Amino acid sequence: MISLKKYSHIAQFQSLIALFFLCMALALMTDNFMTTDNFWNVMRQISVNVCISVGMTLVILTAGIDLSVGSILAFCGAVTAGLLKYGIEIPSANLYIGFTVLGVVLAGLLAGGAMGFINGYAITRFKVPAFVATLAMLTMARGFTMLWTEGHPITGLGDEFGFLGTGWFLGMPMPVWISGIVVIAAVILTTKTRFGRYIYAIGGNENAARLSGIPINKIKVWVYVLAGMLAAIGGLLVTARLDSAQPNAGMSYELDAIAAVVIGGTSLAGGRGTILGTVLGAMIIGVLNNGLVLLDVSPFWQQVIKGIVILLAVIIDKSNSKSE
Amino acid sequence: MEALLEAQHITKKFSGVTALKQVNLSLERGKVTALIGENGAGKSTLLKIMSGIYTDYEGSISFKGQPVQFSRPKDAQDLGISIIHQELNLIPYLTVAQNVFLGRELTNKWGTLDKGKMRQKTRELLAKLKLEVEPSALLSSLKVGQQQIVEIAKALLTESEVLFMDEPTSAIGDSEVEVLFQLINQLKAEGKSIVYISHKLDELFALADDFVVLRDGQLVGKGEMKSTSREELISMMAGREIKVNKKADKTTAGRQMLQVQNLSLKDPKNPDRPLLKNIHFELKKGEVLGIYGLMGAGRTELCESLFGLNHRSLTGSIVLDGVESRFKSPIEAIASGMALVPEDRKKDGIVPGMAVSENISLTVLDKITKWGLLNNKLATKLYHKHVAALKIKVNSEKQLIRNLSGGNQQKVVLAKWIERNPKVLMLDEPTRGIDINAKNEIYELIAKLAASGISVLVISSEIPEILAISDRILVMSEGQITAEMSSQEATENNIMRACIPENMNT
Repeated sequence: MISLKKYSHIAQFQSLIALFFLCMALALMTDNFMTTDNFWNVMRQISVNVCISVGMTLVILTAGIDLSVGSILAFCGAVTAGLLKYGIEIPSANLYIGFTVLGVVLAGLLAGGAMGFINGYAITRFKVPAFVATLAMLTMARGFTMLWTEGHPITGLGDEFGFLGTGWFLGMPMPVWISGIVVIAAVILTTKTRFGRYIYAIGGNENAARLSGIPINKIKVWVYVLAGMLAAIGGLLVTARLDSAQPNAGMSYELDAIAAVVIGGTSLAGGRGTILGTVLGAMIIGVLNNGLVLLDVSPFWQQVIKGIVILLAVIIDKSNSKSE
Repeated sequence: MEALLEAQHITKKFSGVTALKQVNLSLERGKVTALIGENGAGKSTLLKIMSGIYTDYEGSISFKGQPVQFSRPKDAQDLGISIIHQELNLIPYLTVAQNVFLGRELTNKWGTLDKGKMRQKTRELLAKLKLEVEPSALLSSLKVGQQQIVEIAKALLTESEVLFMDEPTSAIGDSEVEVLFQLINQLKAEGKSIVYISHKLDELFALADDFVVLRDGQLVGKGEMKSTSREELISMMAGREIKVNKKADKTTAGRQMLQVQNLSLKDPKNPDRPLLKNIHFELKKGEVLGIYGLMGAGRTELCESLFGLNHRSLTGSIVLDGVESRFKSPIEAIASGMALVPEDRKKDGIVPGMAVSENISLTVLDKITKWGLLNNKLATKLYHKHVAALKIKVNSEKQLIRNLSGGNQQKVVLAKWIERNPKVLMLDEPTRGIDINAKNEIYELIAKLAASGISVLVISSEIPEILAISDRILVMSEGQITAEMSSQEATENNIMRACIPENMNT
């Protein structure tokens, strides 16, 4: 007899062991994996994926999927950079609105939330399958990004904004602070609030949840809004680190996020999984990427190896839930 | 005359529960045999054994005098034994012809589909059944009654010798019934053997030569249709030897809690046949009202409608505790004091991957919330309270509900509603698939809840159960209430009489 809590611990335990052996192997095989510099390097690199993956976990827990997060990331990054650099100019009214860093951050979050809302509204109100609705948003958001940037990067955003991506605070890089706060908030949200309990209930059995009086549509819309906002945070981090909003930023990031969620033991059928599992999943992918680069493995082989890891993770997870 | 298909001493058990016990059935050429019995009497089980769907059973089956052992439905089909199922087994986005030939497609000499020939054959079959639709029409564009005819056409495509028909008229209109009856008579004249399951006794008197009555998995009567009567058949279906324990008479003088007037529910798929028609009843505070009816009588639809589902197709008035209450969603219904324990526990009742304690608290999360966060201590307290009160057998708070027995799962579902202290508690088949001890515990619980002032509405397909727990009984048939009686007036016989549709033309 294995209970949910206990079982999810086991799932995380496996990821943890996998991560441990991965790190051990890399420490033995390379000279500079086990250095403080490289540690923070890896942590900073995964922080974007962690933010997106946390949102993806919420969506997948409700038995949904969000393919649009990579494009939303690019759009929000571009909006943020554009507003910061150029502000809003309305020549006919002879009006110019400038933005502070805080202002553009809020604007970026708002843009991400709005796009997530459109996803959620299409899915709940018009019953568009999540796969299709967010696929449409993937294309649309990328198109809006191109329109906004006219296809060119927006660069030169200033040190204050750049601090979010490259700065250090109390001995830790800013992106790690931000993704850390996101993770802690998400853990509390999923384990300690009604909202979180409802997410699991909807993914576990939507009929039973509806008949128990859970506002299914409202919860789902909010989940997609959160996924959009977390993608926006990812966009801020990417833009701030590069000091540039690239129109083709975040390409196929949604796939890395889904990979992290799946490696972390969350079921694509919904109702089962944890935020911490996803964080471990993102770390495994990040360490693997880093290690393969340090080992000088060709980028083509890197992709093959990453694919194999995803497949193995799910096969191991499946065989566990069968023996339950 | 030699039997075409014969089943002897058939016994079938489902995880220890006997569904059929030593049943014999012998089918002759050119005869229509009526198979009669209430819900759960074993009709469908027998049918599934004789057509190769269930393969593990005791007893023997012989076809044309030769013993046969089917290991899959195809074996039976190859011998010419077909079933027309009650539920439609058709694919909506294929054409009529594609459905008729599904799995038996004709090919030409190139190995590709011979569409022309299949369409031609389908057209001939449909003409025989007097159904005027194009073979190339999409199935989903047909009305439900027409789809039923397509299902019959599918069975006729193979040269069947034995045809099982499971309530073929439950979804079709009068004119289609007429055609079906002509066809059955024609098949009979061709020497086929037909088994006809229906609750509509008038149909059986019009069609059948022989009858077989099942009750609680046993054969309790057989004979010729012309030498029996409606009354005799009903008493055979109902007459249990076991004495039923009736609930002691209780005068409920409480105030009106629920008043339902003129409630009707349209079926969006089949506008000619309303799912509910002019439902009218009242429920007092602290009363247990039992609703009996055969499958498809509209009992579940009634509960769902009261609970805020089907909001769009519903007309009529529902007054809950003095307030007009045509709820738009379960959220509204629950907020106003309604509760529903659904019929299909696995599909609608539990969240299988969640722990027992999480399932209990699902409807009352505000009660275990402190400072905006879920509080484990309060959740544990809530869990222990209900585990003790309802005697739920569970290893730990964190045990997944799917690892509990059916009876204990049902108690958890009950607990999550009891904690809300509803005004009206609706229980749809609350003891389905539950062992006898847990059943009795749930009966006691219902009585206790009613005594505490909750009005209870119980749907059941078991007459002894209805008699054991209800203060008053409503009987439904074809979407209407056909009888109302106090528990003292109620007998198996008059309940059974009311639940069988009076006239096939209504």
